[in-house]
Amino acid sequence: MSTTTLPVMPPRDVAQQRRLGQRRKLVDRLVMYFCVAATIVGLFFLASIMATLLWRGLVALDWIVLTREFEPTRYGDDSLPKGGLSHAIVGSLIQTAIATAIGTPIGLLVGTYLSEYAGKSNFGYAVRFISDILLSAPSVLIGLFIYQLVVLPQGGFSGFAGALALAIIVIPVVVRTTEDMLQLIPNTLREAVVALGAPKWKMITLVAWRAALSGIMTGILLAFARIMGETAPLLLTSFGNNVLSTDLSRAMASLPVAIYQHANSGFPDLIEIAWSGALLVTLGVLLINIIARVALRKRA
Amino acid sequence: MSVTTIQAPPVGARRKPGELGDKIFQAMCMGAGGFVLILLGAIIVTLFLGGLPAFERFGAEFIWGTVWDPVEGQEEFGAGVSILGTLTSSVLAIIFAVPVAFGIAFFLTELSPQWLKRPLGTAIELLAAVPSIIYGMWGLFIVVPFVQMNIQFAFGDQLAAIPLIGFLFESTNFAGTSLFSASIVLAIMILPFIAATMRDVFDQVPPVYKESAYGLGATRWEVMTGVVIPYTRISVVGGIMLGLGRALGETMAVTFVIGNANRIATSLFDSTTTIASVIAMEFPESLSGSLQQSALFAIGFLLFVISFFVLALSRYLLRPRLK
Repeated sequence: MSTTTLPVMPPRDVAQQRRLGQRRKLVDRLVMYFCVAATIVGLFFLASIMATLLWRGLVALDWIVLTREFEPTRYGDDSLPKGGLSHAIVGSLIQTAIATAIGTPIGLLVGTYLSEYAGKSNFGYAVRFISDILLSAPSVLIGLFIYQLVVLPQGGFSGFAGALALAIIVIPVVVRTTEDMLQLIPNTLREAVVALGAPKWKMITLVAWRAALSGIMTGILLAFARIMGETAPLLLTSFGNNVLSTDLSRAMASLPVAIYQHANSGFPDLIEIAWSGALLVTLGVLLINIIARVALRKRA
Repeated sequence: MSVTTIQAPPVGARRKPGELGDKIFQAMCMGAGGFVLILLGAIIVTLFLGGLPAFERFGAEFIWGTVWDPVEGQEEFGAGVSILGTLTSSVLAIIFAVPVAFGIAFFLTELSPQWLKRPLGTAIELLAAVPSIIYGMWGLFIVVPFVQMNIQFAFGDQLAAIPLIGFLFESTNFAGTSLFSASIVLAIMILPFIAATMRDVFDQVPPVYKESAYGLGATRWEVMTGVVIPYTRISVVGGIMLGLGRALGETMAVTFVIGNANRIATSLFDSTTTIASVIAMEFPESLSGSLQQSALFAIGFLLFVISFFVLALSRYLLRPRLK
């Protein structure tokens, strides 16, 4: 017969254990304080940005900013006419609308391919991977690309080139949300449609897209919001313009570029206009984001 | 009585309905997918071709050369300063942002009361939606004066007197537009991306694991370090890489606050430049076809290569989370 010897437990040192427990609790509490502080810091930045925008943007925001075109600084001479940002607002709306119109169908098809056709194919992996890279690729390089591809052959900056650069940014955003939203649709729905004898393309266009409609719309809204604030690619493609122009073949103003130029001018009155433009862009972008998120939440 | 006979359609004579439509639709979808691949390839090729004259002229020295002189007749270009500026500002931004992002993610997953989770999460996501030019303006008019008055003027001399690391704070540039300001603004910009990724991966830890650790008497911090972090380690690094990729290519925010001087920053308060801001500053004014423009394409190509690798690595590390 064998006897098993149990290891002898050392006698408990109660005081030491208590000290250890206290230290563990202390560390835990310190980390908690740190996390709360980190969250407050994050919220503080958001609040600071919003407060600065409201405080400095509301002062200058009036009807003139919305309705008049650019005027040179009237620093030191108040009799000169006051300028505004109407040319930039119109230019921005035109370019973002065209970019969304071009980028959305392509993104929608790619997202549909990834969700409905790609499966585990290597081509599908490659497309998904490249689309994700494009999603975070430096936007200024997309401006360089369109410059070489469109601006140089055309012989000048143009609103159309700006819209194309923005369209490239739209595509990966729409791809991502479309794929995610189509994946949420239960497979039984697809099977039911196919069992009724419908071809696959009708199943996708008439049922799957419709079931995912609100999610896909959210993606398009988010893409629209994203390109509303893009500056760098437009600086190299549509360049900016001081007068209201709707001619797509010529340089076209846009709100972010106009903000950039006003803010760097060094004149206090132009910087004021830049702040009101910044307020407009930010309110627009955040509003669209909030609408999109609320719409998405209702679905989920 | 009359018998109605129903004529069965001849087998095989009719094509399956929608076969043609199916083929066309699938081809369209695949074609769009192929288009995305071609798009990325075209961007790389275009940037490389645009930069070719500069690469040919300066050879490999272009990458570490520190002279950037666009004056006609004596043009000489080297990407050394802007590459170094891009890397240092982004890495500093990561160092500033990661602890805060971790704190926010930890708060959102483990500490926050249920009713607060959603509004807080939305607020952090809105921080990610603010356009970069707004960060730039805010940085220029709020962060830069703050750094100048309350950090550099207030503590600069004391910090510079610290042995060994004092040189990091010693600077003759008192404008406030500096590497330090740029990294702060970048850190705030990438904070929401890292925090959101970390929150998502922390949320994916099976509750049973955490509950078992709690059941053994572990504190929240011990559950974090002992269960959650080991489980999500790789994805967390992937999230940080995603933030790094964003920071590397950030243009407008950095252009406003870094000072745009082609000088290697030896101190945190020196101004320097990054690849993206050199392109944004100089490209609209460069002559088409000039050597300067080619040099700008060349550094754009280098930036693309760097961020491609960082983003690819991030995607690879985040893959288990994605699928």
